[in-house]
Amino acid sequence: MTTQLTPAVTPPARRTAARRLTSRVGRVRELGIVVALALVVLPTAIVNPRFVQPQSLRDLLLNASIVALLAVGQTLVVITRNVDLSVGSVLGLSAFLTAQHFADNPGTPLLLGIGFGVAVGLACGFLNGLLVALGNVPSLVVTLGTLYVFRGIDYALAQGEQINAANLPDALLDLGSSRVLGVPVLVLVAVVVIVVAGVYLRSYRSGRELYAIGSNPEAATLAGIPVAKRTLTTFVLSGLIAGLAGALWVARYGTVDAAAGTGLELQVVAAVVVGGVAIFGGSGTVTGAALGALLLGTITSCLVVLQIPAFWQQAIAGALLLSAITVDRLLALRLAKALRTSEGTSHA
Amino acid sequence: MRNLLRWETALVFLLVVVALTGQVGTDGSFLSGGNLFYLGLDIGEIALIALPLTLVIVAGEIDLSVASVLGLSSALIGWLWNAGWPLETILPTVVVAGALCGAVNGLLVTRLGLPSLAVTIGTLALYRGLALVVLGDTAVADFPASYTSFGTTPVPGTGIPYPVALAAVLAVLFGVALHASSFGRSVYAIGANEEGARFSGIRVKRVKLSLFVLAGAVAAIAGIVYTFRFSSARADNGVGLELAVVAAVLLGGVSIFGGRGSLFGVIAGVLLLGGLRNLLILQDTSTEVLTIVTGLLLLVSVLAPSITRRVGTLRKAAT
Repeated sequence: MTTQLTPAVTPPARRTAARRLTSRVGRVRELGIVVALALVVLPTAIVNPRFVQPQSLRDLLLNASIVALLAVGQTLVVITRNVDLSVGSVLGLSAFLTAQHFADNPGTPLLLGIGFGVAVGLACGFLNGLLVALGNVPSLVVTLGTLYVFRGIDYALAQGEQINAANLPDALLDLGSSRVLGVPVLVLVAVVVIVVAGVYLRSYRSGRELYAIGSNPEAATLAGIPVAKRTLTTFVLSGLIAGLAGALWVARYGTVDAAAGTGLELQVVAAVVVGGVAIFGGSGTVTGAALGALLLGTITSCLVVLQIPAFWQQAIAGALLLSAITVDRLLALRLAKALRTSEGTSHA
Repeated sequence: MRNLLRWETALVFLLVVVALTGQVGTDGSFLSGGNLFYLGLDIGEIALIALPLTLVIVAGEIDLSVASVLGLSSALIGWLWNAGWPLETILPTVVVAGALCGAVNGLLVTRLGLPSLAVTIGTLALYRGLALVVLGDTAVADFPASYTSFGTTPVPGTGIPYPVALAAVLAVLFGVALHASSFGRSVYAIGANEEGARFSGIRVKRVKLSLFVLAGAVAAIAGIVYTFRFSSARADNGVGLELAVVAAVLLGGVSIFGGRGSLFGVIAGVLLLGGLRNLLILQDTSTEVLTIVTGLLLLVSVLAPSITRRVGTLRKAAT
């Protein structure tokens, strides 16, 4: 992959040109999503001005925030050249257990209950990580397996039961609808997670090492990076975030059964890929992935507002994903060409 | 290679265990003709799609869009039937449409060099979306009994359901193609070392493209089978089936990295999953147990070779 040509591995002579190019393309990438967002929102707003009123914008962000959260966790995993297909099931399991915990223990403090959901997710992620890192087994297969296992446990625990808003504490339900300075709390939580993960990936040594692992696992091992440990960490973080998303799911929807979040994994992977995270690892940002989630969610909302039959939505989402990876690929090919040219000039 | 053989032996052993415990546990009704008939019907589509998918995965790629192609072909059958087409024309058309879907996947993967995982997650949404566009949320069910009976009656003179007979014939064809032809050897070569395969003169892109086309066409055939079995053409037929098929193929010992695996193992994997499912249903076990068992089997199938390898190196180190 061309993305392996990050400044860190480029010899000094070519560093500046290469860095300029990579950062430019990186910026173009996130800018591209913002432009796409504008292209989707503007026509919709012209047809139906109510679409850009604060209330509907809030709904837009609120709907995207849970997928965006999962996309952040997925980004950490995908950057290391792995994938976590179990996030939908982890979210479902955590959502059900959190709701059950609140329903069975009416006096539970809010944060403790949410922490319970996070702990469920963390345990699931730890299991995934152990299997991938120590079992030396491809993550696609492991997480496909745990996708089934976690969902099966979810169904077995729920026994067809449903937990309704009536059994949940008001504090939790308020969390799903309350706002700070006009911004929904769930959106704020998502933003905090995005910022923390973004800073970690950008400025921390272990965060940078994730990119190195994804670019070239063998080289990363030889360079002394603890690959297994880092891989385990990314899966734990992805599970932890999915657990948090499960608890927030309860707050947002108020009603939970064992099917919560079924099939969400594909939406999340789609958001990550649209957001410019290379599926073979080594490049991408959490901001891009979160913007990808926002873009996919916005398109769905716009189609509703534009009264395009709901049947078209999935086809359009699929077409969009395909065009995103195609454009990405073409950009990468151009970047590779440009890098070769700049190498030529620096030698001369 | 020896690990692989061992895994297939283990699969057959597991199959026998499941069959015997089933036979004892259900007082002989598990292996009765009637039950085996339903077992066969139940795994028909998975068995069909698993055949070309095995080749795709052996070649080091993946196709997650197969269940959506199944849904799209089902929707097309309903739509064209409503438009007054005769079924004799509809069925070949649908298979061609499936092959086209596969070709789109294959072209995006081979010509643009995109990862098949990303491409087929995209077409998973796209093809399912097209199915919804074509048929909406309506169901078409007024097919003539002469066609729908294929899904409920055995091949005359035998107790074998038509879908299983079809899968068996295709299994032989795919088995010969993969294990006894130069095409099959090139599929393994591509999966083991794509660059090496290209330098040894194998037309890598063309082979891969043909595998995706095959997967699309067979998924469309599975769509026909599905539609007539439930005598209902719906856009959401077979949602989520892709994961079950991938699970069956990997359980059969095919390496997700390509280059290793056999069709025999995959067939054993499909039978094992189908047998367990059927057994649990006979025992009135809840379906969630089945979900857990499917997942655990998948995990064991990938962990087992890794563990045997590790034990092997430990032993070598000890001597």
